[in-house]
Amino acid sequence: MSAVVSWARRATLLIGFVFLYAPIVILAVMSFNASRLVSVWGGFSTKWYAALLENEQLLHSAKISLAAALTSATISTLLGLLAAISLTRFGRFRTRFLFFGAVHAPLVLPEVVLGLALLTCFVAFGVGRGFITLVIGHVTLTMCFTTVAILAALRDSDPALEEAAMDLGATPFGAFVRVALPQIAPAIVTAYLLAFTLSLDDLVIASFATGPGATTLPMRIYSQVRLGVSPQINAISTLLLALVAVALGLAALVSSSRARRDGQVVTSLARAPDNAS
Amino acid sequence: MSARRKLSLGERLVIAAPYLWIGAFFLAPMLLIAKISVSQSVLARPPYRPIFEPSDSLAAIWAKAQTFTFDAYRALVSDTLYLESYLYSLTIAAVSTLITLIIAYPFALAMARAPERLRPLLIGLAAAPFWTSFLIRVYAWIALLKDEGLINNALMALGLITAPLQMFATTGAVVVGIVYSYLPFMLLPLYAVLERQDPSLREAAADLGASPAQVFLRVTLPLSREGVVAGALLVFIPAVGEFVIPDLLGGSETLMIGRTLWNDFFSNHDWPAASAAAIVLVAVLMIPLLLWERARLADEGGA
Repeated sequence: MSAVVSWARRATLLIGFVFLYAPIVILAVMSFNASRLVSVWGGFSTKWYAALLENEQLLHSAKISLAAALTSATISTLLGLLAAISLTRFGRFRTRFLFFGAVHAPLVLPEVVLGLALLTCFVAFGVGRGFITLVIGHVTLTMCFTTVAILAALRDSDPALEEAAMDLGATPFGAFVRVALPQIAPAIVTAYLLAFTLSLDDLVIASFATGPGATTLPMRIYSQVRLGVSPQINAISTLLLALVAVALGLAALVSSSRARRDGQVVTSLARAPDNAS
Repeated sequence: MSARRKLSLGERLVIAAPYLWIGAFFLAPMLLIAKISVSQSVLARPPYRPIFEPSDSLAAIWAKAQTFTFDAYRALVSDTLYLESYLYSLTIAAVSTLITLIIAYPFALAMARAPERLRPLLIGLAAAPFWTSFLIRVYAWIALLKDEGLINNALMALGLITAPLQMFATTGAVVVGIVYSYLPFMLLPLYAVLERQDPSLREAAADLGASPAQVFLRVTLPLSREGVVAGALLVFIPAVGEFVIPDLLGGSETLMIGRTLWNDFFSNHDWPAASAAAIVLVAVLMIPLLLWERARLADEGGA
């Protein structure tokens, strides 16, 4: 009986992971296909990657996307941190309900609606669209995610530690920076990465918020994809997938070594009152 | 903690930046489209008649308020395109959510019951696609589903079919795309509740004579309700407003509301209509969330 169950579980896992990964793997394999046809294997070739390097439009868009992702993730993480601090450390202040709702609402708002609202706003106030409006759109899109990620960590961190630091003479700011911040550092990194990937990946908000001259990579890919499957798109997709795979691998390594170090941090914190003076 | 308190100066400085950002780039734009949705559509740029000017006196605002028109909303109800889009989106999202749940549940259960040292690796692998580009994952399916795509070629090579099946540009393709793209969103909350379940509850049920099926139906499943609801909302809500998947995998008959909105805005330049449709969409999506929140509060009150 239990042998049957364990085989059924293994089969479920196998089918599940094949479903999740097969389309991505096939896409990556096809990027090395010498043939232009999607389903005919014409031998191994890296010519589509070489073609990418000559595709100036695509490279320009990749730079725009990267710059927008770096800028918007930085702003979004900072704003998310401030919003999370406000929601966890300020008690029940006036308008907390409004603030809480407004910060979380974009989480469930369809991207089309947010994009439409932003574009309407830019037009109504005569703001020319371009890189800056793109960054504004992406910060607005990702800020709810960074807030939620940091909020969870701040809720878990023990406020008694900060209070102890303040009793020992630290200012609220100093206590936060030296006690709470190290505890929530992993969540801040996660929040940044989340905002970065969301921005890099976004098509809908970018289509509404950006202007000529600041066409993002997903917008380029999208307009080519609408014309049909092309090996060059497979090649750029494979590069992006590889980038994510490497980043995730590194994150896994860091977090496993951090988990070991965290053990030490906790034990040293337990001894902290001795050497705080 | 009970009384609402005023913020100190330092606290105000901290909250000011996120508050201003949300106000300027989220609340103000949402109010603006609410306003435009009651404006008249005109052929101009911007393509609606502005309602208020900063210089307006109160009397002028009142006079202009008389010109509010609910034409855009009336058109929403009478225009079958919008009604069909809403119904179609809700149906597709509901069907996709159900299929995602049916696939994700055994998958999450198998991960949650795997040996403990394997679990972080398994859940990491299940969550990893979430970090990859959504657009690329949808694009991957085009090559699989096309008439000359891999699935049709494989089926024909095996002699199972003689002519390619029309899979691309159908409603089915949209459902497959949604299930595939949102599967991690369903897996994570399901895994979280299933992994937390105390195995002794199942053992107790089995000791009392329950068959494995009964143990599942009367212990495991009811105890995972929270994860099912969370996962279903995480799939259903974004699926309703989905634009990329129906646009790339669907056919001309795939009228999901996100796509209709996009077309109205970019192709037809009917901003009041698109704004009204957006406002209605937000209202529709708020209903399941409010119900969920109420159920959650009721649960907490009972606990």
